[in-house]
Amino acid sequence: MSIAASGLQGEAMQSAINREDQRRAEDTPPGDIGSGTDKVRTRTISDYIGPVITFGIFVGLWYFMHYWGLEHIFDKKPFLITEPHRVIRESFIDAGQRSVMLNGLWVTTKVSLIGLAIAIAIGMGLAIAMAQARWLERSLWPYLVALQAIPILALVPVIGSIFGFEVPSRVLVCVIISVFPIVANTLFGLLSVERGQHDLFTLRGANRWTRLVKLQLPAAMPTIFAGFRIAAGLSVIGAIVGEIFFKRGEKGLGILLDTFRSRLNNPEMYGALILCALLGIAVFVIFGMLSRLAVGRWYETTRKTG
Amino acid sequence: MTEISDSPSLVHGHSEDQSTRPPALVFDRIEMTFPDGTRALQPTSFSVRPGEFTTVVGPSGCGKSTLLKLASGLLNATGGTVTVDRDSLGYVFQDATLLQWRTVQKNVELLAELSGVSRTERRRRATDTINLVGLQGFEGKYPKQLSGGMKMRCSLARSLVMEPEVFLFDEPFGALDEITRERLNDELLGLFQRVGFAALFITHSIYEAVFLSTRVLVMGPRPGTIIGDFAIPFPYPRSPDLRFEAEFAELSGQVSHALRGAHA
Repeated sequence: MSIAASGLQGEAMQSAINREDQRRAEDTPPGDIGSGTDKVRTRTISDYIGPVITFGIFVGLWYFMHYWGLEHIFDKKPFLITEPHRVIRESFIDAGQRSVMLNGLWVTTKVSLIGLAIAIAIGMGLAIAMAQARWLERSLWPYLVALQAIPILALVPVIGSIFGFEVPSRVLVCVIISVFPIVANTLFGLLSVERGQHDLFTLRGANRWTRLVKLQLPAAMPTIFAGFRIAAGLSVIGAIVGEIFFKRGEKGLGILLDTFRSRLNNPEMYGALILCALLGIAVFVIFGMLSRLAVGRWYETTRKTG
Repeated sequence: MTEISDSPSLVHGHSEDQSTRPPALVFDRIEMTFPDGTRALQPTSFSVRPGEFTTVVGPSGCGKSTLLKLASGLLNATGGTVTVDRDSLGYVFQDATLLQWRTVQKNVELLAELSGVSRTERRRRATDTINLVGLQGFEGKYPKQLSGGMKMRCSLARSLVMEPEVFLFDEPFGALDEITRERLNDELLGLFQRVGFAALFITHSIYEAVFLSTRVLVMGPRPGTIIGDFAIPFPYPRSPDLRFEAEFAELSGQVSHALRGAHA
């Protein structure tokens, strides 16, 4: 075949592909191709209406419980649930209390992030090791599941005696409760690589390391990030719960929460609770964004927006 | 206009007389029994010469795909020998098996990357083969942004980068719609002529087999072996209209008969 003829064929192929792409473009709604970088979906007012309404209902219910519900439904004193504006005023508008609160938020954030980082290192390390050898996987699973099931409360005296009743023990609690989803998700991701893709690497004589770095880890990224997201939320809980037991050292939200509770300082207690909730939400949102940054360009989620 | 003259290494050409060249792939009384006792293949022998396009058709589960796995070394035969240069082997799977996190360009470079080809060299080769399969302009796209046909083209390009002398195809177009499949058949023949590899192709479709091949082998039910051998005399390049010619229908009928005999 002459070069000119080959060239012609190349061009014919190209135009065939353009047709194919056009057909595809017609089949899919605009903006649907390549979600991620090249998709810019402008938010409309209706995207905000739902959240605004639920927030309104939430605050309304809160007021309702304070002014009517507690007394008439449960026959209890209204002070048990402080009205929202008072919580805001006494916890956050008062300058002295605000700095205590924000410092507590910072301490808890720090502890939970350190715990999470350690859990990620240990969890991914374990999962990678377990993915290499079936016997290791079978030997380690029971302990990981057990770690999930054991109540931290029971371990408090042991942990405290060994590691002290300060920050390191709090970090350990974070690690214990957040390591499981990381191991489980990473391992699941590493092991669910398509058979054909493995064959491809086998045919080129790839070693374990190459297979891990160029095939298994990238393929597992979406599930790994889903695990991080769950673990991050758990780590926040771990930091708060840890503070309730290990009170020495810097005062985080858990310590504040417990102090306000014991003094019947309800407005401040609700203030600290709000910060716990916001920290949990922030961590969830941030890890969602990290995940989209890392895999959003190529990973197809069933949900197109969000 | 696409120039292919800048990639002379990809073109082995058809100038030599094929019959005088030694076979590129030889199965010699190859046998396969799986560890669970399933006998997949009874002793089977045939060979594929450079520039020959051999297609195997047969009932489901007759061991067609096993042949490819034995040829590539993904499986080891329990009897007989396979002779082939595994370093110049291309393998196109049923699924495109593209890595979702890599762009078209990076997917096409993959095998070269795994084989330690330098960055500039594999980039040059990838660009050449992307042009060859007509994917130019899509280098930066991710697999999820491609249609089924384009994914298969990308998969082909990935193997072509290694300049294989033997190409194994495991029902590569089985999942595509009829129109896309026929178009890819036409294009595959274009590549086959230009690059001049030896092809061993597995398919369920008799028409695809007859249209593509120089030789069609029919396998019997498991444990499979060759029970029919048809030479397909149509010269290349083959026009897409060949599919509507009487002689084509006649040959397809003969293959179909042999296949039906296999099912009985």
